Amino acid sequence: MTDSTRITEPVGARAPVRTRASGPVQPALPLSSPRLDDFEQAGTGPFPRFVPEDTAACLDVFRVLRPDGTVIAPDPALENGTGVADDDALAMLRTMVRVRALDDRMLGLQRQGRIGFYGAATGQEAATIAAGHALELRDWVHPALREGGILLHRGWPLWSYLAACFGNADDTSTRGRQMPCHYGSRQYNYVTLSSVMATQYPQAVGTAYAMALQHAAPDRPVCLGCIGDGATSEGDFHAALTFAGVMRPRGLGLPLVLYCQNNQWAISTPVERQTAAASLAMKAAGYGLIGARVDGNDALAVLRVMRAAVASARAGGVPAFIEAVTYRVGAHSTSDDPTRYRDEAVTQRWKALDPIVRLAAYLATRGVLVPGDAERMATEADDEVRATLAQVEKVGPPPIEWLFDDVYAQVPAALAAEREALRARLAAAPGAAHGS
Amino acid sequence: MPPFNIIQAVQDALQIAMRADPKVVVLGEDVGKFGGVFRATVGLQEEFGDDRVIDTPLNECGIVGTAIGMALYGLRPVVEIQFSDFIYPAYDQIVNELAKYRYRSGGQFPCPLVIRTPFGGGIRGGHYHSQSPEAVFAHHAGLVVVAPSNPYDAKGLLLEAVHAQDPVMVFEPKRVYRGPDHGTNWTGHPLGEVPAGAYRVPFGVARQWRPRRGVGTAVTVVSYAAMVHVCERAAVLAEADGLDVEVIDLRSLVPWDVDAVCSAVRRTGRCVVVNEAPRTCGFAAEVAATVGEQCFDWLLAPVGRVTGFDTPFPYTLEHLYLPDPARVLDAVRSAAHYA
Ligand SMILES: Cc1ncc(C[n+]2csc(CCOP(=O)(O)OP(=O)(O)O)c2C)c(N)n1
Ligand SMILES: [Mg+2]
Repeated sequence: MTDSTRITEPVGARAPVRTRASGPVQPALPLSSPRLDDFEQAGTGPFPRFVPEDTAACLDVFRVLRPDGTVIAPDPALENGTGVADDDALAMLRTMVRVRALDDRMLGLQRQGRIGFYGAATGQEAATIAAGHALELRDWVHPALREGGILLHRGWPLWSYLAACFGNADDTSTRGRQMPCHYGSRQYNYVTLSSVMATQYPQAVGTAYAMALQHAAPDRPVCLGCIGDGATSEGDFHAALTFAGVMRPRGLGLPLVLYCQNNQWAISTPVERQTAAASLAMKAAGYGLIGARVDGNDALAVLRVMRAAVASARAGGVPAFIEAVTYRVGAHSTSDDPTRYRDEAVTQRWKALDPIVRLAAYLATRGVLVPGDAERMATEADDEVRATLAQVEKVGPPPIEWLFDDVYAQVPAALAAEREALRARLAAAPGAAHGS
Repeated sequence: MPPFNIIQAVQDALQIAMRADPKVVVLGEDVGKFGGVFRATVGLQEEFGDDRVIDTPLNECGIVGTAIGMALYGLRPVVEIQFSDFIYPAYDQIVNELAKYRYRSGGQFPCPLVIRTPFGGGIRGGHYHSQSPEAVFAHHAGLVVVAPSNPYDAKGLLLEAVHAQDPVMVFEPKRVYRGPDHGTNWTGHPLGEVPAGAYRVPFGVARQWRPRRGVGTAVTVVSYAAMVHVCERAAVLAEADGLDVEVIDLRSLVPWDVDAVCSAVRRTGRCVVVNEAPRTCGFAAEVAATVGEQCFDWLLAPVGRVTGFDTPFPYTLEHLYLPDPARVLDAVRSAAHYA
């Protein structure tokens, strides 16, 4: 790697205050389950140097804000002492609040049986939205289950988001073919989610390769691959990191950022049962990638680290694998009951580290928000969701043609015959169209 | 006898097998502390410990691969793949390794293990929580493939599988886990009465079912798993038409009960085969071809097929995709009235 491809923050950012004990890491026990105390006490590791040798960044967790929104180590060399402009912080907060309102509403809807399933990102809004905010619109996203908010942040209409949850005739994500939450938009460069764990990860590598062949560095689009902690155990994860390390189109690193939201649970399985490694970020080293760890509940920290990773990738540096440590404060999905397998007292402590509260408090100290603003934002978001919902819910089911379209570019003759047989049957017995 | 649903029947079978033989181990995603996302392994880790009821990392290839190693060295692993839609990361281990171990090692390394996996649609699972890949595995010699339709068979076939000499894949019909139809339960259903203790249902033996007054003279309907109940409802509707239909529940696909099917078809001369998987190369195709070969002189109508469409599984319109009693009845009528 050349110096020009190495991303460094302004020097001031490299001299952080380390409030938690440094020194050699105790190797005895797997540390993959992050220590809650550290998150509550909120020291910070140094800003990652974005060089493969920086293995400390794979264990230390980088933070900008304390849980109460105060800045851990204000740096006069950086804009606002945090390295994040107020406009950026505010834009992220707006979407985070919107996603929270949406998740709350949709969970309620699911309980009433109005939608079939929902996977919320509650508590992970910073990890999601700040990662998305680090991208440009021309950059692509290969998402995992909980990144739908990135699409909204990019300007995708709420209407489309909700239609995907109903699988109705306005569902452009999957045309009523997948369960709710499998968002996708070609226009917004967000690849439709598959339920199958980890498959998107090697695909993100390939997308980045194609970008590199068709655009010259340093001005080229970047691909963001997303994954959950559980899915890092899949073979596809290993395949992706292997390829990401060795593929060097035009002699440069791929325009790729591999991102992982470690929310510490995969349904009932805790992250320490997924890996005995000291962290997920550590895995990067074995593949020759850059690894770094960031507090996923700190939007500013995620943005800083992801911006650096994206800039490095755009310029042709070694791709990074970034672990955002967060917590799944809710159930895995609406068909899950976490009280059966985990201590919800711990969940409550993570809940107290709420990313929205943290960012809103920070913006209040900056004078960007005045008292009442955050609440108003939440109410407005909920109003918008409710009003849109009322309309989207009226949209009917997809036409029966959508059963047969898109299997191939053209509907084959045999399939067309199946479609006509179905049409004839429905014409003879219209009741069947609505199911029994 | 206590009424059981299919999940409880599976759990009961696993518990019996584990109590009887310390070599039986259970492994899969979320099977231990949580007891499985469908609750089929509830209580097993409490009773048998986490060395025998293993919460694995999220990696199906690893689950099956390690289970193969365990089986080679004398354990009796029972694997759970959370949804059959997610079995493909393990496909290579199953097809190239598990299915061929005995054969490729000249009989030295048999590999008896059980893979249980919920399959099929009708639960609003869309694309990736609804598929029916049983024919894909039936295609690979070396695997036993069974697909029970009810609690009694689920327990008996699973106990047979745990004691089998060959690898067995158990496709469990999740749509009828809790009852033979939406909003019903297994209470009062004769096959919801599950005997306590061990019993086995042998592979390759089908079951015949007829409406109460039926003798099965008009049309033979062949199916398995969740579709059996759709066929039974169609048979009741056909009775009102004066059509005397017999339903054959195959229960196991490899081996399947060719004699039961063919002797029934030789009686009726008319046959309809139903599977919810896509039409092309679905298991119904295998049954129809065999009936064509072995019953040609007796057939009075073409063998009919009622299947899912040749499309991936949908979400919103799944009720149109899945064969329903009306579609089966149409096919029964066509077969019955074919001149
Ligand atoms: C290949 C595959 N195996 C199993 C599943 C079932 N499943 C869905 S989500 C999930 C856990 C995912 O955990 P993680 O990757 O940590 O993501 P999170 O849900 O925490 O965001 C599992 C096992 C699946 N979707 N795909
Ligand atoms: Mg997780």
